[in-house]
Amino acid sequence: MHLMYFTEQPMSAYDAKAGLDFGATALMFSNKHFDPAAGSRLYNEYIEHYTLAEQVGFDGIMLNEHHNAPFCMQAKCNIFASILAAITQRVKIVLLGNPLPLAEDPLRLAEELAMIDMISKGRLVSGFVRGGGQEQLATGMNPAYNRERFEEAHELVVKAWTQEGPFRFEGSHYHHRVVNPWAVPLQKPHPRVWIPGVLSKETIIWAAQKGYPYIALSTEIEATKRIWETYDKVAQEHGHQGGPEFRGYLQRCHVAETEEKAMENARQFMWMQGEFTGLAHPVWSSPSGYFSPSYRTAFVEYAVGRRSNPRGAAFEDQIENQQIIAGTPKTVIPKIRRLLEETRPSIMGFWANDGFVSHADTRNCIRLMGEEVLPAVREIGKKLGLDSPFEANAPVSWAFPQPAAPLGA
Amino acid sequence: MADQNWTSETVPLPSGPLHVARSASGTPLLLLHHDIGSLDRLPFYDALAQRFTVIRPSHPGYDKSERPAWMRSVRDIAIVYQALMAEFGLRDVTLVGLGFGGWIAAEMATMAPRGFSRLVLVGAMGIKPEHGEIADQALLSYIDYVRLGFSDQAVFDRLYGADTPTPQLEQWDLNREMTFRIAWKPYMFNPTLPHLLGAVQSSALVVWGRKDRVVPLECGERYVKALPNARLEVIDDAGHFVEMEQPEPLARLIGGF
Repeated sequence: MHLMYFTEQPMSAYDAKAGLDFGATALMFSNKHFDPAAGSRLYNEYIEHYTLAEQVGFDGIMLNEHHNAPFCMQAKCNIFASILAAITQRVKIVLLGNPLPLAEDPLRLAEELAMIDMISKGRLVSGFVRGGGQEQLATGMNPAYNRERFEEAHELVVKAWTQEGPFRFEGSHYHHRVVNPWAVPLQKPHPRVWIPGVLSKETIIWAAQKGYPYIALSTEIEATKRIWETYDKVAQEHGHQGGPEFRGYLQRCHVAETEEKAMENARQFMWMQGEFTGLAHPVWSSPSGYFSPSYRTAFVEYAVGRRSNPRGAAFEDQIENQQIIAGTPKTVIPKIRRLLEETRPSIMGFWANDGFVSHADTRNCIRLMGEEVLPAVREIGKKLGLDSPFEANAPVSWAFPQPAAPLGA
Repeated sequence: MADQNWTSETVPLPSGPLHVARSASGTPLLLLHHDIGSLDRLPFYDALAQRFTVIRPSHPGYDKSERPAWMRSVRDIAIVYQALMAEFGLRDVTLVGLGFGGWIAAEMATMAPRGFSRLVLVGAMGIKPEHGEIADQALLSYIDYVRLGFSDQAVFDRLYGADTPTPQLEQWDLNREMTFRIAWKPYMFNPTLPHLLGAVQSSALVVWGRKDRVVPLECGERYVKALPNARLEVIDDAGHFVEMEQPEPLARLIGGF
C-alpha cells in the first residue's frame, strides 16, 4: 500500500462570524478577512506536520491547491512541493493536483514539475485536476472549456516531458510554436500521474482510458464501488485490467487518544464543508459548462435553492457511512479494514486534520497514525493483496507501459 | 393579431443548422434575442409582426438552434447572420438587437456599413462601460440574473412564473454556457467595436431602459457617440428587458423610426 498524509491547509484564523454573515466563504468573501500573520504561522506549522508525517512512516505527502477560499491556503501546490522536495528525504510528493485548465501556459507547468522531480531526486507523483468550479471564476478561466483545456494541457505536458524538443504544439486552446524546455523530469518515462476526482464520470473514464490511477476523494463506499466498476469496465474495453494498483482513496480520518476528543476534532471536517460558515455557494461552485451535462438538472436546481448540494451530506451521515472516520487507533482500524475490504484501493490518503484542530492535536494525530494505524493498515493491505503502483511495478500509463524510475537508478 | 401567421423552420446553413421563426408579411426585420434566449411568443413579437416580416433566429447554440462546437466569438454569430440574410435574399432590412443580440447587430452593422436600412440597438452589450460594469451572470443564479433585467418583478412572474420551472432553468444554463463559450473574455464587450462603428452609415436608434441594471445606460450613450447617425431613446419604466416590460412603446419606436 501507499499511505499518504493530507491536509487542506485550512486558513482557520479568520472571523467565522463574518463568513456566516456573508453566507459563503469562497470566491467573493473578501480577502480582508485573511490575516497574513496567521497565514505565516500556519504555513510553517504545516511544514512541521509534513516533516513529522515523514518521520512517523507515511509513504507520501499529498498536496493540492485552491483559490479564493479559507478552506485551503495553498494557492499553488508546486510551492509546497518545491519545499518538500528539498526538506524531506523519502516520501513521495503527490500532487493531487495541479489544475490544468487554470494554466495559461502548461509548458511552464511542465518545467516546474520537472524541477520538483529533479530536486526531490525522482519523488514526484504529478496528479492533475480540473480545478473547482469557483476557481475558474477566481482565475478568469472559461468554465465552458474546462475539460477541453484539461485534456489538451495534459497532452502538452506529457509531450514536453517525453518528446525531444524542439517541436511545435498547436491545439485549440494552447499554442506553442517552440516546445523545448531544458528542465525535464528525472523519472522516466515520466513521473506517475494520478487523477483525483469526486463526481464527474467523465474524469473516471478519462483516467481509465489513459491507465492512470484514479483517487476517489472521500466518496461513500457504495459510490466508490461504482467508480471502480466504471474504471474497470473502461480499462477492459481498452484491453487492460483494472485493480488495486489503479485505485486510490482519500479518507477523512482523525485519530486521538480518546473517542470524545477524536469526535470533537473530526467535527472540524465540516468546517471545510461549510457547515460552520456556509462555504459552498451554489452558483459560484457550479458555473455553466463546468459540470457534467448528465448532472444539469441537479445543478440548476441546486443553483436556485431547489435541492441540496449534490456533493454534501450531514456530519452524522458521513460518520455513519464512513466518509469521516474518527476515534482511537483501536476503533478506526476496523473501519479502515472495512473500506479496504470493500473497495480494495492500494493508495490511501489520510486527510487527518482540518479547520481549527490545534497544532498539538494535529501532531498527536500524525504520531498516533504513524505508530499504530499505518502498521496495521499495511498488514491488512498485504493480506488483501493491495499492492501500490510502486510495489506492483505498474506502468505509468497504457501509452508508456513501464514503471517510472529515476534516470540512472 | 398576427398569431397564426408565425412559421418556423430549420435553415441548413453551411456553418450549421439554424432555427428561425418568421411572421408573414411586411418589410423584413431581423430580430436578435438576448443572451438568455427567448420565450416562443411575446406580445412584442406580435406587435412588430403587424408591420414587418419579423425574422427571428435562435442564435447558434441557444434555445432551438444546436450548438456549433467550433464557434468562438460573437463576431462568428454576426457572420452566420450575414449568411442567413444572403440565404433568404433579404434587402432593406431593419436590424433590431436586444441586449446581447444588440451586440451581434452592432458587429453586423460594422461588417456591412450600408447593409441595413435601419439599426435598432436595445440595451446592447458590446461596449465596455467607462464607469459602471456589465452585470456578471457567472456570479448570479439563473433566476437572479433574469430578474435583474426587470424593473417590475411582476412582469417576470407573469412571463416565467414566480417559481420558474426547471426546464426553463436548464435552457438558461445551456444558453449561459454558449454565452461563456463566445463572450467570456473580455466579458460581454469587444474592445475593437467602438473603433469600427464610425463607418456605419445606417441610421440608428439606440433604446435603453432607464432602470437597466444589466448594461449601464452610459453604454447607450457611447453607442450614440460612436455611430454617426444615431439617437438615444430612454424608456422610463423598463429595465434591461425593454421588449418584455414595454412591448408596445418599443414596437412603436421601431415602427415610427
